[in-house]
Amino acid sequence: MSMQRPIATTRSATGISTGKLAVWWLIASEIVIFGGVLGSYIMHRIGHPEWASHAEHTNTWLGALNTIVLLTSSLFAVLAHNAAEMGDGKKAAKFLWYTVGGALMFLVVKSFEWTHEIQTGLTITSHTFWSFYYVAAGIHGLHVIVGALIMGIIAMDAAKGKDLQRVEAVGLYWHFVDIVWIFLFPLLYIGK
Amino acid sequence: MSSTTAEHGHEGHGHDAGHGHHAEPNFFHKYLWSTDHKMIGMQYMFTGLLMAIIGGFAVYVFRMQLAFPGMSVPGWGRVTATDYNALVTTHGSVMIFWVAMPVLIAALGNYLIPLMIGCDDMVFPRLNRLSYQIFLISVLVLIASFYAQGGGFGGAWTAYPPLSAKAEYNLTTHGATLWLLAVALEFAAFLLGGINFVTTVMNSRAPGMKMFDVPIVVWMIIIASILFMASVGPLIAGAVMLMFDQTLGTGFFDPNKGGDPVLWQHLFWFFGHPEVYVVLLPAMGITAEEITTFSRKKLFAYKTVLYTAVGTGALSFFVWAHHQFIAGIDPRMANIFSVTTLLISIPVAEMCFVYIATLFGGSIRLQTPMLWALAFIAEFLIGGVTGIFLGASGADIYFHDTYFVLAHFHYTFFPIAFIATFSALTYWFPKMFGRYMNETWGKVHFWGTIIPFNFIFIPLFLLGARGDHRRIYDYTHFPDLMKPGMQDLRVLATLSLVTLLAFQLVFVVNFFFSMFKGAKAENNPWKANTLEWQAPSPPPHGNFPDGLPNVYRGPYEFSHPDRQEDYWPQNAQS
Repeated sequence: MSMQRPIATTRSATGISTGKLAVWWLIASEIVIFGGVLGSYIMHRIGHPEWASHAEHTNTWLGALNTIVLLTSSLFAVLAHNAAEMGDGKKAAKFLWYTVGGALMFLVVKSFEWTHEIQTGLTITSHTFWSFYYVAAGIHGLHVIVGALIMGIIAMDAAKGKDLQRVEAVGLYWHFVDIVWIFLFPLLYIGK
Repeated sequence: MSSTTAEHGHEGHGHDAGHGHHAEPNFFHKYLWSTDHKMIGMQYMFTGLLMAIIGGFAVYVFRMQLAFPGMSVPGWGRVTATDYNALVTTHGSVMIFWVAMPVLIAALGNYLIPLMIGCDDMVFPRLNRLSYQIFLISVLVLIASFYAQGGGFGGAWTAYPPLSAKAEYNLTTHGATLWLLAVALEFAAFLLGGINFVTTVMNSRAPGMKMFDVPIVVWMIIIASILFMASVGPLIAGAVMLMFDQTLGTGFFDPNKGGDPVLWQHLFWFFGHPEVYVVLLPAMGITAEEITTFSRKKLFAYKTVLYTAVGTGALSFFVWAHHQFIAGIDPRMANIFSVTTLLISIPVAEMCFVYIATLFGGSIRLQTPMLWALAFIAEFLIGGVTGIFLGASGADIYFHDTYFVLAHFHYTFFPIAFIATFSALTYWFPKMFGRYMNETWGKVHFWGTIIPFNFIFIPLFLLGARGDHRRIYDYTHFPDLMKPGMQDLRVLATLSLVTLLAFQLVFVVNFFFSMFKGAKAENNPWKANTLEWQAPSPPPHGNFPDGLPNVYRGPYEFSHPDRQEDYWPQNAQS
């Protein structure tokens, strides 16, 4: 059933569009989810210095590569937003697809990394360090997948010039996913 | 603001023209697939009330076992120890997650927010529908868990590991995981709902409605939603970890594998204690609406209520470890949490004082909703005062895990989840269904609930003070807990419970009879000021057929000296 947008959605007492406001609240609630995982992990690392011997086996170079990939994809998200502001839907869509490309590349690198680690016997049950490693990066990876899907949908609409304000909203979300990785990278790959 | 006033320039052009003259939507679109906030609110309300039957049945069965150990309980049969564990878990989790949360926040929030802030719907109607659907799936998963091999989860609603993490301890491999999945889905539903609520109130208030013109109940639901969003994250993370502990054999909470069982307690109570205020604040908000309306007096200190609510919310993030005084936490930490816990009673008490001050000098009308509102303050006060015993770590070491704790939190949760809910249902019933509930039967139900309620939990306070331990299936095995009089108190509590449950039938009959046969109610039966009463009863799709209202004043302008009438609707121009 096609649905007409209620008047409520078009109002803006704060001056911020409803979509953007909702994404900010979504990000706020996501921060506490990641805060729960990472806070628990940090407390464990402080209490167990010996976990460093497990952390040694993570691949810092692949982690760094993925950091660069995500940061570059965030740049494309900004360019997409810029194009959307100019009202150029086609260009916004193009840059959004580049961002999706970055997300996919991140996932490819990640799957190589995980395959290698699992083959060498470092699985989620090997040690609580590895449990945290897979769970934290896994929840983050889930966000990357969801973000890529949403960006794909928005890119298809944006190419037709529809709902260009959504480009900025999804960009905000994507930057958040990026920032979570900026926390994960030193915690899981550098802290050894 | 200027863009929002424009929509009034051409009334009938916006929402109304699009929907008003369409053919009546079919049954499926009207009742099951609706995006209308009122219908979604009703869906939450009826689902929540149906779940209350499950929670109520569970407590009936296990209380019978405690009073008359080994008897064959009518409607269930003999209660085994496994049954007992599953029943107490079901009672706790259902009443909090599937009754209090959906009815107080989701149902009332959905129904009231757009009406009270004067707009036609939530800002994201389809997100709203999705939220209910995820909630419904969580209900189905929970019900499915009762029938899984080994039965429903029996690790208590707090799900402490290792009991909840290891199937060889809880004996419910599937029940435990399904329970956890249901809880996680429920959280997802309320996160979506919460984002929707907060965005709606921030952005879509009626033109002219400033921050301090928003009715207290809306404020409270919003503060509660923000508290929920800010506190549930760590538990979602914890639920993922616990699920992996259960299914994959990780050791997040297993010290043998380098984990820590107390970590779960931190993650759980970091959510679990703000959760108390997540449900308390809407209940306080409901009470504020009724106290002012039925004493025909302006709310004594609007801003004080607001600031204390925000203060309560902020403090509630720093009290969680008072649940863990005997869990092996650092005693220095226990001191800090004792102080914060005792501090939080100040803002809550302040709210109660404000309500009492509002009553002072008012022309009080003791209709059923008002009775419930007054009872809420009185009964919640007992819950709050006994909490001070438990917040002090010295006393808590003695009281911990006794029936004293149980009676304390039932004196807080029962007023929240039921007394406030009944007051809200009786108060907004004429708006929801366009008819009055029967006043006499309403009062019968009121006294039939309040009196047995006290007769359940005062005996349990006494038992707890005598050291009666919780979570014991059959006290006859514990001679120390079978001293003279102790079993009599258990029997008294159980019989009072059965009486209380029986009186709920009065409510059910009154509710459904009044829905179809009650006396017709006008738009503003209580002569209240807030915007929902200026819409027709029941409000049509789009809420305000004569155009969305503008707001000129605060919500509690009762008995203004310059006016003939003792109320002054928020949207009345003069």
